[in-house]
Amino acid sequence: MYNRKDKAIAFLMILPSLILLAIFVYYFIGQTAWYSVSDWGTDPGTALKKGVEKNYVGLDNYHTLMSSASDYEFRVAFTNTLFFTIFFLGACLTLGFFLAFLLDQRVKGEGVFRTIFLFPMSLSFVVTGTIWNWLLKPRGGLNVLPRKLFGADPLEYKWINSDSILFKFEWMQGGDLFYLAIALFAFALFTYTAQKRHLSWMWVAVAGVVLWLISSAGFWNNIWLPIDKPNLDIGTYNGYGYHAALSGIIIAATWQMAGYVMALFLAGIRGISEELREAARVDGCTELQVYLYIILPQLRPIALSAIIILGHISLKIFDLVYAMAGIDNTDVTVPGILMIKGFRSNEWARSSAVAMVMLFAISLVVIPYLWTNLRTEKQ
Amino acid sequence: MSKRLLSLCSLVMVIAVVVGSFAPAARAQEDLSGEVEIFSWWAGSEGPALEALIALFNEQYPNVEVINATVAGGSGTAAKAVLKTRMEGGEPPDAFQAHAGQELIGTWVAADRMEDLTFLFEEQGWLDVFPEGLVDLISTDEGIWSVPVNIHRSNVLWYVPANLETWGVEVPATWDDFLAVCPTIQEAGVTPLVLGFAWTVYHLWENIAVGVLGPEGWNGIWTGETDLMGEDFLKVWDTFGKVLECSNFGEDNETMEWDKAIDRVVDGTAAFNVMGDWAAGYLTTTRELVPGEGFGYAPAPGTDGTFIMLSDSFGLPLGAPNRDNAIAWLTVLGSKEGQDAFNPLKGSIPARTDADVTNPELYNAYLQSAAADWATDTIVGSLWHGAAANEQFTGNFGGVVDLFTASGAPEAAAAAFVELCSTSGACGG
Repeated sequence: MYNRKDKAIAFLMILPSLILLAIFVYYFIGQTAWYSVSDWGTDPGTALKKGVEKNYVGLDNYHTLMSSASDYEFRVAFTNTLFFTIFFLGACLTLGFFLAFLLDQRVKGEGVFRTIFLFPMSLSFVVTGTIWNWLLKPRGGLNVLPRKLFGADPLEYKWINSDSILFKFEWMQGGDLFYLAIALFAFALFTYTAQKRHLSWMWVAVAGVVLWLISSAGFWNNIWLPIDKPNLDIGTYNGYGYHAALSGIIIAATWQMAGYVMALFLAGIRGISEELREAARVDGCTELQVYLYIILPQLRPIALSAIIILGHISLKIFDLVYAMAGIDNTDVTVPGILMIKGFRSNEWARSSAVAMVMLFAISLVVIPYLWTNLRTEKQ
Repeated sequence: MSKRLLSLCSLVMVIAVVVGSFAPAARAQEDLSGEVEIFSWWAGSEGPALEALIALFNEQYPNVEVINATVAGGSGTAAKAVLKTRMEGGEPPDAFQAHAGQELIGTWVAADRMEDLTFLFEEQGWLDVFPEGLVDLISTDEGIWSVPVNIHRSNVLWYVPANLETWGVEVPATWDDFLAVCPTIQEAGVTPLVLGFAWTVYHLWENIAVGVLGPEGWNGIWTGETDLMGEDFLKVWDTFGKVLECSNFGEDNETMEWDKAIDRVVDGTAAFNVMGDWAAGYLTTTRELVPGEGFGYAPAPGTDGTFIMLSDSFGLPLGAPNRDNAIAWLTVLGSKEGQDAFNPLKGSIPARTDADVTNPELYNAYLQSAAADWATDTIVGSLWHGAAANEQFTGNFGGVVDLFTASGAPEAAAAAFVELCSTSGACGG
C-alpha cells in the first residue's frame, strides 16, 4: 500500500499536466460548447467586433445543421464520415488480418515484408493524399497502368471524382435510420449489461423497444421536422448516400493503416500458444477451422483495440481529405473541412456546433472503451 | 514699393511656400523610426514583388525596420485565419493585406476595427488617380478603407489562336455564341471549356452572371436592385447550366488546379478557359509562350467593355502599434513608384491610371492591353475574389452552386441565392 506522502508526491508530480490539460483541453472544449449554443457570427457584421455580445440561442445551431435546406453540406459531411468509417474499418481489418495470416505461414524474409507493410504508416496523411491523388487521377497512374503494362486501353474509372451515389437515401429516412442505429446500439448495450447482472431477457427487450420509440418518434418528428419545413421550397439536396468519390480516399487511408492492423494481429497470433493449435489439429480441425475457431476468437481484444484506434482516426479525418480533394469539394467533404470553412466565413457558432457533433461522435467510440479499460484494470 | 522689391517679395513667398510644403514631408521621413509590421500572404512566387516594395520603402524611410510577417498558403486562407486570431486577441499588425472591397469591408470595417483612410487619399491626391469605380468598391458611406496595390482581371477568356483556326471556330462574343460553337468543338473531340477545382466553377459563374446581366445588373445584385427571382437572373443560371454541359464539369475538373486546367488549352485537348489574368503570368513565364501568338486572350463572352476586377490592398487597423510608420507604408504602396515596382514582378497592373504602363520593359503585351482596358472599361467587383460580397456570402456561395448542379433547376438555385443573401446581408437592404 502507498502511504500518504507517496500519494501527495504522486499528486504533485501529475499536477502540472493536470492544470495544462484542464486549461488547454477541457476549458476550451467548454468554451466551444458555449459558442455552439450562442449566436456568435450569425450576423456577419458583428462576427469580429471587439467584445461582441454573444447571446444564448439554445440548440438553434444544431437544429439548423440537421435540418435547414442550405446546410445540407454538414449532413453530407456527416454521412460521408459514417460511410468512410464503415468501409475504412472493414477494409483495414480484413486486409490487415489477411496480411497477418500470410506472414504467419513462416515465410522467408518475414522481417522484410513486415517492414514493407508497416512503412506507409510512417508517412503523414498529407503525403499519402498527394501521392494517391496522382495515382488515382482520371489520367493518372492506376488508370494508365494497363497501357503501360500490356498496351491495353487505359481504364476510365473515376476513383476520386465520380459523381455517382450508392445506397442513396432521403435525409428524412436517414434520420430514422440514424435513430434506429442508436436504438440498436442501446439494445446491444442493454443485452450486454443484462447478461452480467442476470436480468431477464424480456425486460431488456422491452427497454430497447421503448428507447427506439422515444428516439425515432420523439427526436425526429417533434424536434427536427418543423424546422425543416420553411425551407422546402428551395428544393432539397438529394445527394445523401455513399459518394463513390470517397473510394479513392478510402483506398489511400487503407493503404496507410492496413500495415498497422497487420502488426497488431500478427503480435496477437504469435501470442497464442502453439499447444492450442496442436490440440485442435489432433482433434481433427482443418487449418481453416483452426483459424476460424481457435485463433480468431482469441484475437477479439486486439480487434477491439484496432477498431477503437482506427475509428477515432476516421471520425476526425481531415488532412487526407484536404490533400486529396481540397475544401470546396462537397461530395467528399467531412466535418473537419467544414470547420476550416467556418474560418473563411466567420461563422464561429456554426463551426463550434460542427466541432461538438464530432466530439460527440468520437466520444461514443472512445468513452465505452476507456470505461471498460478502467474497469478491467481495477479488477 | 518698387517693382523689383515686389518681385523679390513674391519670389521669397514662392520659396517659402515650396519649402514649407516640402519641409514637413522631408522632416517626417527622417523622423520616422522604429518598426512597421506588414502582414500578407505573399510568399513563394509572389515574394519578390513584396521584397521590391520593401526595398523601395527602406530607401525612403531608412530608419524604419520592416517586419515582413508572411503566412503562406492557400491563396490567403491560412493567413486570414491567423489574422483573425491576432485581431481577436488584440494584437493587430501595423498594416495587413486583404482583397479590396467587401472582403475587407464586410469583415473588418463592419467590426469597427479599421481606420478611415480618406485623409490619406485627399492628402496624396489619390482620388484623381484611382478610377472612380475602384474607389467606390473600397469605400462605404463612412470612408475609404484600403489602399489598392495591384489589379487583376477576372473576366478573361484564354485560347490558342492556331487551334481555333484548325477547328474553324471564332472567339465567342457572347455566351449564346459560345453555346452555338460548342457542338462544333465537341465534334472535333475537344472539350469546349475546361474547368478545374470547384472555385474555378464559381469563378466561371461570376463571369457568366456579368456577361448575361451586364455591369449594371451585376452591381444591382449587391445593392438589391436586381430582381433575384426575375427572368434575367434565372437566365444566368440557365446559361450557367448549359455552359457546364459544354465543359469537363463532373468529369475530371475536381482533380485539377487552375494551371493544370489551362494546360489543357495549351496542349489542344480543350478550346477555352475562363480564368483571371494571373494565367498570363503562368503562360508567359512558366510555359514560355508569347502573348497573342502562343496564347490568345479576350474578355469573357458578353463582358467586352467591362472589367471584373480584384485587387490586393492594405488597410490600417485601429490600434496599430506603429501608426505613423504604417501610414508611411501605405503612402509608398499608393505611390506611382511603389505600384511600378510591385506590379511588373507580381504580373498584375497598377491600380493608378497614371502609372508607367506603356513601358515595355516593365509590362508585357498582355498587361499593357489590360491596363488600357482598366483606364477605359466599366469597373465591377469580382464575387469569388472578395470585392463584391462579404466573406459569409462568398464562403457559402459554393453551396448554392452545388444545389443547382444537383437539381438542375434555376428557380431552386435562385431561391437558395436569395436565402444566402438574407442570412449574410450581402445584397443590400
